[in-house]
Amino acid sequence: MPVKVLVVQAWPQVVVVVVTKVLNRPVCFLVVCLGLLSLPGFNAIAAVLPEDRADVLYHSYDGGGVTVDGPSVLVRKKVGESVSVSGNYYVDSVSSASIDVALVSGASRYAEERTQTSVGIDYLYDKSTMSFSTTTSSENDYDADTTSLGMSQEMFGGLTTISMSYTLGDNTVRRNGDPLFSDYAKTKNYRLSLTQVLTKDLIMAMAYEIITDEGYLNNPYRSVRYLDGTSFTLQPEIYPRTRTSNAVAVNFRYYLPYRAAFNVGYRYFVDTWDIQADTFEVGYTHPYDEHWTFDADLRLYNQSNADFYSDLFPYINAQNYLARDKELSTFTSYSIGLGAAYEFNQEDLGVFDKGSLNFYYNYFIFDYADFRDATQTSYPVGQEPLYNFSASVIRLYLSLWF
Amino acid sequence: MMINRLFTALTLSLMLSACDVEPWVKPYERAHLADPIMMFDRDPVSSTYLGHVHDAREGARGAGLATGGGCGCN
Repeated sequence: MPVKVLVVQAWPQVVVVVVTKVLNRPVCFLVVCLGLLSLPGFNAIAAVLPEDRADVLYHSYDGGGVTVDGPSVLVRKKVGESVSVSGNYYVDSVSSASIDVALVSGASRYAEERTQTSVGIDYLYDKSTMSFSTTTSSENDYDADTTSLGMSQEMFGGLTTISMSYTLGDNTVRRNGDPLFSDYAKTKNYRLSLTQVLTKDLIMAMAYEIITDEGYLNNPYRSVRYLDGTSFTLQPEIYPRTRTSNAVAVNFRYYLPYRAAFNVGYRYFVDTWDIQADTFEVGYTHPYDEHWTFDADLRLYNQSNADFYSDLFPYINAQNYLARDKELSTFTSYSIGLGAAYEFNQEDLGVFDKGSLNFYYNYFIFDYADFRDATQTSYPVGQEPLYNFSASVIRLYLSLWF
Repeated sequence: MMINRLFTALTLSLMLSACDVEPWVKPYERAHLADPIMMFDRDPVSSTYLGHVHDAREGARGAGLATGGGCGCN
């Protein structure tokens, strides 16, 4: 892909490098980062490293016949004045008898476990922060290795923070029961984000992210259904081997006069599979005395379907690409979240500077507009009730600062 | 193409002119912004997990809230 480089010498010792069409060119992306960071305004205020803290979280998801739970442990510690290292260990224990599983294999429930480990380093050099992290995830039929490189800088008197990152994912897809099947999926993320102080009570965050995928992108177990007389028959899904998506988001957070915070956000998403999605979020944070903080939020998400999605195809191999993944259908989801955090007295914590115990509960409703419950065999094919389900998500965690 | 050039020129102009911008919210006026309740991502271990819940069940992905973004309070 052609790359255009424009060098502007419009300021003493300033070089601005503008690179367009940087897709598939991570080196050029880094050149853009370095060029931008060479601007005087980008060097106005020194960046700071994240706080030293440890978090131990228990997470649980229960909905649609699927339960997923497990721990996540995140530890971050400074080493000297300019380096901060972090490590994360995360487990998903999955037990599933979802509607997809029920359609393909009857009612049999399957269980699997995914383990993920991440290590990262942040390096404060001069007035910029550079970060590097690598993540390895493994389960019995899917391995993923992800590497991420990022830069972040405060500028303009500390009112603006700009961050850029590039992430490369290298995944291997397998199929249990089929030792001959193995394929790859590569993912690249390009992200630019901006945090801007607007007034002494209002702050804004914007993000733009391009994600490209290439390889085997569908689930090797999932099938589509096609009309076969008065019933239906299944055939494996066939997805395109490439996908590119664009997402842009803006969020605002406002400090209310009685010490509380209100936030509102919106994200627009579009991809080359013709999915378009809107996400709206509002939230409210309310501290109470010196120990408690309460949170409440509402989230609305809706999307249109992929152009090769259908709940029921008219015949076998009806088109080049075939999907019946409900995540690619037209649907709306709503969620409400409530949470409470209790901050301990410092004298109760011994060697720790600060600590909190946190509990958050989210309730989701998923309403599908063109995905039918094909397990309901008492209805004529294609006239089954539209599918919907609800889910509960729990996060319980202890955080310690040191 | 013309739009791209205009956008580039506008972006560069803004960047260069902004170098002389006086902060309109002074450091001593940032007490509210420095309050932990104003953080977009107060607990990364928790928000990362919720993002994973969304990504696993929705077609959309990307542009979630940045971790490590600052508020100019330090």
